[in-house]
Amino acid sequence: MNRTSRTDKILLSHGEGGKRTRDLIAKVIARHFDNPVLSPFFDAGLLGRIEGEIAFTTDGYVVTPPFFPGGDIGRLAVCGTVNDLAVCGAKAVAISCGLILEEGLPMDTLERALAAMRDAAKEAGVTIACGDTKVVERGKGDGIFITTAGVGVSVDGWRPAPSEIRPGDRILLTGTMGDHQVAVLIARKNLALEAPVPSDVAPLGGLLLPLLPRFAGKVRFMRDPTRGGVGVTLNEMASAANARFVLDEARLPVRESVRGVCEILGFDPLYLANEGKAALIVAGDAAEAIVAALREHPYGREAAIIGEVQEGGSGVRMRTLAGGVRAVDYPVGDQLPRIC
Amino acid sequence: MNRGMKYIDDFRDPAAAKALAERIRRDAGDAPVRLMEVCGTHTVAIARGGIRPLLSGAVTMLSGPGCPVCVTPDGYIDAAIALGTERGVLLASFGDMLRVPGKSSSLEQEKGTGLEVRVVYSPLDAVALAAAAPGREVVFLGVGFETTAPAIGGAVRTAAERGVRNFSVLSSVRTIPEAMGVLAADPDVRIEGFLCPAHVSVVIGTDAYRPVARRYGIPCVVAGFEPLDILMGISMLLRQKKEGVARVENEYTRVATAAGNRKAQDLIRDVFVPCDTGWRGIGVIPGSGLRIADRYASFDAEKKFGAPVVFAPERSACRCGDVLKGKILPVDCPLFGKACVPEEPYGPCMVSSEGSCAAYFKYGSGIEV
Repeated sequence: MNRTSRTDKILLSHGEGGKRTRDLIAKVIARHFDNPVLSPFFDAGLLGRIEGEIAFTTDGYVVTPPFFPGGDIGRLAVCGTVNDLAVCGAKAVAISCGLILEEGLPMDTLERALAAMRDAAKEAGVTIACGDTKVVERGKGDGIFITTAGVGVSVDGWRPAPSEIRPGDRILLTGTMGDHQVAVLIARKNLALEAPVPSDVAPLGGLLLPLLPRFAGKVRFMRDPTRGGVGVTLNEMASAANARFVLDEARLPVRESVRGVCEILGFDPLYLANEGKAALIVAGDAAEAIVAALREHPYGREAAIIGEVQEGGSGVRMRTLAGGVRAVDYPVGDQLPRIC
Repeated sequence: MNRGMKYIDDFRDPAAAKALAERIRRDAGDAPVRLMEVCGTHTVAIARGGIRPLLSGAVTMLSGPGCPVCVTPDGYIDAAIALGTERGVLLASFGDMLRVPGKSSSLEQEKGTGLEVRVVYSPLDAVALAAAAPGREVVFLGVGFETTAPAIGGAVRTAAERGVRNFSVLSSVRTIPEAMGVLAADPDVRIEGFLCPAHVSVVIGTDAYRPVARRYGIPCVVAGFEPLDILMGISMLLRQKKEGVARVENEYTRVATAAGNRKAQDLIRDVFVPCDTGWRGIGVIPGSGLRIADRYASFDAEKKFGAPVVFAPERSACRCGDVLKGKILPVDCPLFGKACVPEEPYGPCMVSSEGSCAAYFKYGSGIEV
């Protein structure tokens, strides 16, 4: 290793465009993202001809701390963008990687985040096709921020269709609620728990996209319940569909350890962020079969029907364990900023 | 953790809830029985559990004054703001207080223009804050009932023992049974039974409600905060009514006792003395407040800074007072859901997460479900 060009910390000169920048790109970033599209010499990734309808999305990642049980900012940056495409019925083809690094960031931290991005991209079958690196002065950032944009190809003939949602449709969730937010919370507060709670951060293309041709015409609408959790996402879906969603509290999947944390700290799992889950509205007659199909996949083992679409005005209601009914509304104010 | 969660599930069993709801309906008469849940935690649990619509027609649950944020008068907020802006003290507060409106502003609004307010989770954090900044006066906004009183008292004692002289408390601590007495005596409220708080009762003991039950002939049942606790408590109140008796019963036997927590009571008696205090929407209730005892006078911010909290009746359109007294339901207030919403609260019942208006707004009134 050449000690003159490699340092163990990010310096301002790593972002100045000179030799250090070149070394960072060539010796650190390119080493992790080794693929034919990403060229250190070109200003754009050349993706070539893509067949099909194109979906495009972008997201920024500022999670603190950058490493938490079950994941890190790198895996999050890839999965978040891949999942935004997946719930729109698109297979991610290429993503970008924008790095905003704070002066003094340990090189090892950057390397770990890049390795996690590489592994997640490999798992999702997506190419990291272009990138950019900026360095900000110490105190002007918080270690590492990542932005990603993603291009995907839509599954033939499928589009999100909230207007197709009708009474009798079922509401599905692909697994337990709140794992990501609780994992970040525990990492941040240094809470000691008997049972660890790993984040659920995972790429969902492999779980969701095969459903679309297999259950043609049965999957109406999909969203990933990240910030604001299932509660907020379902409210947005109900608004888009102008439909009434009625949830069954007894059927909401929540990990025991997450419930414990929520009981102690007063959180409602309905409003906790997820990074590896999707909410689906599907035709009533196909719901059981779709749940069975989801459960065949490692990321859908705990998939469940959590409610149904009923006649009535737009909104989300819940049948409670006590046998009553209540509204599920948007929460006011975020109790925990910077979770993704 | 695992066994603990299973234990909680026992208090949320749908079949048992259904059976209890049926028993309540059977025991209720033709007109709905007017019961009051005194405590804000009960208010939220009832709304979250969808219990109100479950019992509609049989029982009307009135939400009482047991949300500390809601009953704190605006004069208290004004006094706190003045301590910060005029005396330059560093304020330490529970997060819920920040958005409570004073006469013309709130701590949150003032924070935006330079008032220094730190949100703490425990009064002891405020003592630590003071210890770490010896040149700075730190005032903790001591708001709450018998549940937080021991923690605030403990913080005062800790500051005294460790010689943290730059720490003091602006006390707005209140006691529940005195407020219940005022509501019980109010002919407009017509309470037929009190669902008494769980955690407060753990401290003060269930015997503390005996004067209310005896003097006003109103049944009292201490109940836990889980859905089945609440349904069981309501059922016990209806049974008392049916039998024509008014006594104190304890549903929350797994934690609350007749005598309560003596150690916590001793701590409260050591640090505080009863005083008359103003409740937002209700007025001054004799003996319902706890001020810092004279032997800890140097930790009493009102004395230390010569800044007494002035109680005055509040703004007109907001009907939080009538909500807190159980005279109207939140939905009956003309501002509810219109000029007063959780993002922009007009009255304190909409500010606090335990406020009855916020609970009605968030979980639905039970009418349109």
